[in-house]
Amino acid sequence: MGKRMVETVIFVVAAVAALAGAVTVVLARNPIYSAVGLLGTLFSVATLSVVQLAPLVAAVQVIVYAGAVMTLFLFVIMLIGVDKEETRVEPLPRQRMWVGILAGAVILFAAGAALSGEFVWVPAAATAIDQDATNGTIQAVAEPLFTDWVLAFEATALLLTIAAAGAVVLAQFKRKRA
Amino acid sequence: MVPVGWYMALAAALFLIGALGMLLRRNALVMFMCIELMLNAVNLTLISAGRAMNDLNGQVAVFFILVVAAAEVVVGLAIIVAIFRRRATASVDELSELRG
Repeated sequence: MGKRMVETVIFVVAAVAALAGAVTVVLARNPIYSAVGLLGTLFSVATLSVVQLAPLVAAVQVIVYAGAVMTLFLFVIMLIGVDKEETRVEPLPRQRMWVGILAGAVILFAAGAALSGEFVWVPAAATAIDQDATNGTIQAVAEPLFTDWVLAFEATALLLTIAAAGAVVLAQFKRKRA
Repeated sequence: MVPVGWYMALAAALFLIGALGMLLRRNALVMFMCIELMLNAVNLTLISAGRAMNDLNGQVAVFFILVVAAAEVVVGLAIIVAIFRRRATASVDELSELRG
């Protein structure tokens, strides 16, 4: 019962929860269930981030995604109403069938390549993981963020401002008189 | 520790489920959640690959994806609400004015 064992157990539990949540998002008829399933997936991914020495990313993930984004989603679901049944009529049955066959072929190919044993997931992977170099504490992540990536960081500030302004403009939409 | 391939396989499965949901569902809100699902799968790959390569830049990239996703959700949900106010529907099949 060492460190490796603990990580394996956490991985299995979080992976099952993430997949269950993802399947719920797609299959649930009620959008509220979809939102709750997405919440489970987000928390599981945050857990896996913690296991992989990314605690800051995990915290931001929970605060921004599980907090802000999911609240927004739930508000909009409540606003739009959940009682409307989704239509199951196929407008493009033949195209969808061909897309499905194509997607199945791609999935089979990818699974075969992964299971053949010769597939390398991360070609540039280091032989040994340096626990100090990859520990994503606030200090360690802030250093590249405010040096190498500072231009992108400033651009995100602009992006968020534009997004907020755009949302306000869209919310003030008024119906023109016919 | 768990091999990096496991994390990558999990992320691939999450991305696949998100893409399938995008293709199968008609509710604009659920399609939006599937986009979030795919973005999260990519975040997971970035963190896992960054750790396997002893590189913190993967985690920095995740921050930018989070910011872009937040901006996308704000604008996208505003568009969905605007459409709903005009058409009283959240189904993407109803929006066919541009059909040629």
